[in-house]
Amino acid sequence: MKTQRISARRAVVLGIGGAVSAVLLAACGGGSSGGDSAPSLDPNADLSKQSIVVSNWDAYMDPDAALKFTDTTKANMTVANHATNEEIVGKLTAGGDPGIDVAFVSGQYAQALNDAGLLEPIDPNLVPNLANLYPESKNLAFDPGNKFSVPYAWGTTGICYREDLVASPPTSWNDLLNPAPEYEKKTLMLSTQPWLNLPAAKALGFSANTTNDGELEQIKQQLLKTKPTLLGFDDVTFYERLASGEVVMAVAWDGWCNYSGDPNVKFVVPSEGADLWADTMVVLKSSKNKEAAMAYINFMIGDEMQGWMTNNILYKSPNKAVAEKAAAELGADYPNIAMTPADLAKGEGLIDLGEASKIYQQIATEVQAS
Amino acid sequence: MSSATSRGVRRHGDGPLVRALATVPAMTYLVVLMVIPLGLVIAYAFLTAGRFGGVQGPVTLDNVTRMLEPLYREVLASSVFNAGAATLIAFAIGFPAALAITRLPSHWQTAALIAVVLPFWTNFLIRTYAWIILLNREGLLNDGLALAGLGPIDFLYTRQAVILGLTYAYIPLMVLPIYASLQRLDPQLLEAAQNLGAGAWRRFRTILLPLTLPGIITGCLFVFIPSLGNFVIPELLGGGNSQMIGNLIRDQFLKSRDWPFGSALSLMVLALLIIIVMFQASAARRTRRWGA
Amino acid sequence: MMTRTLRSAPLWLLYAFLYLPILVVIGMSFNANDSAYRWTGFSLQWYPALLGDAEIMGGLRTTLIVAVGTTVISVVLGTLLAMALERYLPSRALDAAAAAPAVMPDIMLAIGLLAFYTLVGIALSPVSVILAHSVFGIAFVAAVVRVRLAGMDPSLEEASRDLGASSVKTFWSVTLPGMRPAIIAGALLAFTLSLDEFTVAFFTASPAEPTLPIVIYSSVRFGVTPQINALATLLLLVSFIAVILAQRASRLGDSLRREGK
Repeated sequence: MKTQRISARRAVVLGIGGAVSAVLLAACGGGSSGGDSAPSLDPNADLSKQSIVVSNWDAYMDPDAALKFTDTTKANMTVANHATNEEIVGKLTAGGDPGIDVAFVSGQYAQALNDAGLLEPIDPNLVPNLANLYPESKNLAFDPGNKFSVPYAWGTTGICYREDLVASPPTSWNDLLNPAPEYEKKTLMLSTQPWLNLPAAKALGFSANTTNDGELEQIKQQLLKTKPTLLGFDDVTFYERLASGEVVMAVAWDGWCNYSGDPNVKFVVPSEGADLWADTMVVLKSSKNKEAAMAYINFMIGDEMQGWMTNNILYKSPNKAVAEKAAAELGADYPNIAMTPADLAKGEGLIDLGEASKIYQQIATEVQAS
Repeated sequence: MSSATSRGVRRHGDGPLVRALATVPAMTYLVVLMVIPLGLVIAYAFLTAGRFGGVQGPVTLDNVTRMLEPLYREVLASSVFNAGAATLIAFAIGFPAALAITRLPSHWQTAALIAVVLPFWTNFLIRTYAWIILLNREGLLNDGLALAGLGPIDFLYTRQAVILGLTYAYIPLMVLPIYASLQRLDPQLLEAAQNLGAGAWRRFRTILLPLTLPGIITGCLFVFIPSLGNFVIPELLGGGNSQMIGNLIRDQFLKSRDWPFGSALSLMVLALLIIIVMFQASAARRTRRWGA
Repeated sequence: MMTRTLRSAPLWLLYAFLYLPILVVIGMSFNANDSAYRWTGFSLQWYPALLGDAEIMGGLRTTLIVAVGTTVISVVLGTLLAMALERYLPSRALDAAAAAPAVMPDIMLAIGLLAFYTLVGIALSPVSVILAHSVFGIAFVAAVVRVRLAGMDPSLEEASRDLGASSVKTFWSVTLPGMRPAIIAGALLAFTLSLDEFTVAFFTASPAEPTLPIVIYSSVRFGVTPQINALATLLLLVSFIAVILAQRASRLGDSLRREGK
C-alpha cells in the first residue's frame, strides 16, 4: 500500500527532476562552433579510400551520377534526399555529425550554414572546373568568390501562364497580384519565403531582401489583398495544374514551366524585375572525406553532369560551354534556357535574411491563415 | 463483475522481483525518452532563439505572450475546429460501422476489422495524394458529378478538403476502440430492452451509448489528437489556404529557426490536450463504476 | 436478408470511403506516362523500375528495421508497463504519464526528442528513430494489454501460486499466455504505427538514412510519380499477404492447442 504510493510519487519526482535539469542544461547555452583552422586538404589523397554521402532533392541529378563519379574518381558515393532547404538546414544545424558530406542547398541557405560555422571552405585547387563557370555565377550576392559554395544551377522567378487561356500575356507582377475578375481562383503563388514576398516586394519597388518594417508591412497588406483571389499556394504541383487548365497563372521558378509538357505554357519575368537564385553545393566541416567531396563538386560542375542537368531539369547551367550549347539547342523550345548571364544579373541576388527570416515567416503565416 | 478486477483491491502474491521487473525498465524508458524531452520543450519555450536554431541566453516570457496574440489564437481555434469536425464525422461513420461489424458472424469479424486497418498499410502521403486526384477541379469527383449533370465543385484547397483528409486518415482509429467496447457488451441487455418495448433510438441512448462510452471516448481522442497536430494534410489538401497549428509549429522549427516560439506553441496545444484528457479520465472512471 | 444488408450498409459506406483513394493509387500505378494525375494508358513499367531505385529500397530497409526494433521494445516494455499500472501502481498521475505519448501531439514529441538528442549528443540514426517510435509504441501496447489484464480472471494465477509456483513462474506460465491475444494485437499496432509514421521520424532520422515515408515526402517535390504508386500497391499487397498468413498461423495454432489438450 504505502510502498506503492511512494513508488508512484517517486516516478513523478523523477520526471520533474528531469525537466528541471533540462532547463538548467539548456540555459547553460547551446552548442559551440569550434573555429580552429583545419589543415589544408591534400591534393594527392587516395580517393578510393574515401566515401561520401550526398544530400540532394530527389531527381535533381543524373540517376547514374554516383556510378559515374565512382568510375571517374574511385571514391564511393551514396545519395540521400531532402524535400526542402529548411529540412536539410534544420538537420545540419541540429548539432552532432549528420553523416552528410555534401549538401545541395539554395544559395541563401548556404550563407546561413556558413555563418553557423558548419561549412568547409572550397579549395579551388581541388575544384579546377570552377574556371569553366561564368564569372557572374562566381560572384553571387550570398557568396562572392565561391568561398564556401559552388553553384549547380541558377535562374530567376517569374510567372508561368497559359498563353491560350489568358487574354494577353502578363507583363507585370500586378497582373497576378490584382488579377482580372475572370482569372480569380485560377492563380497560384509560391508558399516558401522569400518567394512568397517577392512578387509584392517587386511590384511595390522594394528589395526582395528588405528588412525595413514599413516596407514589409506594405508587402503584407498587398498579399492579404491578393489571397482571396488565389486558388491557393503551391510549390510542387503548379505545373500540372497549368497543364490541366485549372490554373492560368502561377508564380514559378523559371525551369518549372517546362515540366508541364504543354507548349501553351509560357514563362515571363515581369517588368518590375525578379530575383537571382542559385542552387549550390556545399561541403560540411564535419565531413571526413573532404577531398572526395571536393572532387564530387568538381565532377558536378563538369560538362557531362551540367549537360544532364540542363537537358533534364531544364534550368540554366553556370557552366559556360554547356549553357551556350543548351541555349542554341533548347533555347527555342525553352526560352528560359536562352537567358544570358546578363539577363540573369538584372535579377536581385537573394541573401540570407538572418533574424529577419522570422518576420518573413510570420508574414507567411498571417497571409496563409487569413 | 468480479470484485477482484476493480482496482482498489490489493493483489496478493506478486513478489517484489516481478514488481520491480515490471515497473522499473518501462518507467525509466518513459522518463528518459518522454518526460525529459517534454521538459526540454517546456524549458525552451521560456528561452531565446539561437541565431541558427537551438536556444540560448536569457530566460524570457516573450514567446508565451506572443503565442497568445490573436493571429495564433485564431490558428489554434481553426485547428480545433478542423480536428473536432473530423472527429464528429469519423464517429458518425465509424460507430454504425463498428456496430455492423459486431453483428457479422464471428468468423467474419476479424476479416472485417483487418479490412478496416489495411489502408493504414499504404503510405499516408500517397493516400492523401490520391484525394488530390479525386478532388481537384478536373478530378474524378467532378467527372462523376458531371455525369449526373451537376456542376463542378471546388472542393480541393478548402477547409472541407482538410477535414475530409483528416477524417480519412484516422477513422480506423475510431472504429477499433468502439468495436472493442461493443464486443464486451452483453447482447442480452439489448435483447431485454427490445423485449420490453424500447425503440432503436432509446436502446442506443440508454444502453449502447453509455456502456460503450469508454470506447467512444478513446476513439474520439485517437482521431482528435493526431488531427490537431497534423501538418501534412493542411499543406497538401488545404493548399496553404488553411494554416493549422501543426504547420505553424513545424515552420517555427524549420523555417524561422525559432525553437523557443515553436516550443511555446506546442505548449499551448499540450495544455488544451491535458484538459481534454483529464475530462476523459474522469468520464472513464464514472463509466467503470457502471460495470462496463 | 434485406435487413442484414441494410444493417451492414454503414460498413460498406466505410469501406467505400476507405478504399476509393486506394483504388486510385493502385490504378495510377499502371499509368503509361509519368504523371500521377492524368491517365494516358496502361503500362507495367513502374514496377521493375522500383526495384532499381536505390533510395526507395534503402528507405524500405530502414523502415523495416525501425518497425521491427520498435515492435520488440514496445511489446516488452509495454506489457511490463501494463502490469505495473494495472496491478502495482494505481495512480492517476501514472495513468496520465503512460497515456501521454498517445495524447501528445506527435510534433511535440518529435521536437522534444530532437532537442534531447542534440543536448545529450546522441547521433541521429535508425536507432534514434527506434527509440523515438518506441515511446508511443509502449503507450499503445500498454493500453491494449491493460484492457485485457483488467478483464482477466485472477483465479488462475491465484491457483498457480497456491500450488507453490513462484511469482516469476506464475507470470511466465499463466499471466503471459493469458495476455497473448492482447500482446499480439499490441505488437501489430506498434508495427503498423511505426511503419507509416512520418512526423517523429522526420525530425529524428539521420539525413543519410531516411525511412520510407521520408523518402516519399522528399520525392514528392516534383509531384507523385506512378513509381510511388507502384510502391504503395506493392506494400499493400505484402501487408495483405502477411496478415492472411498470420491469420492462418493463429488458427493453426489454436487448433493444434485444442488437439493437444
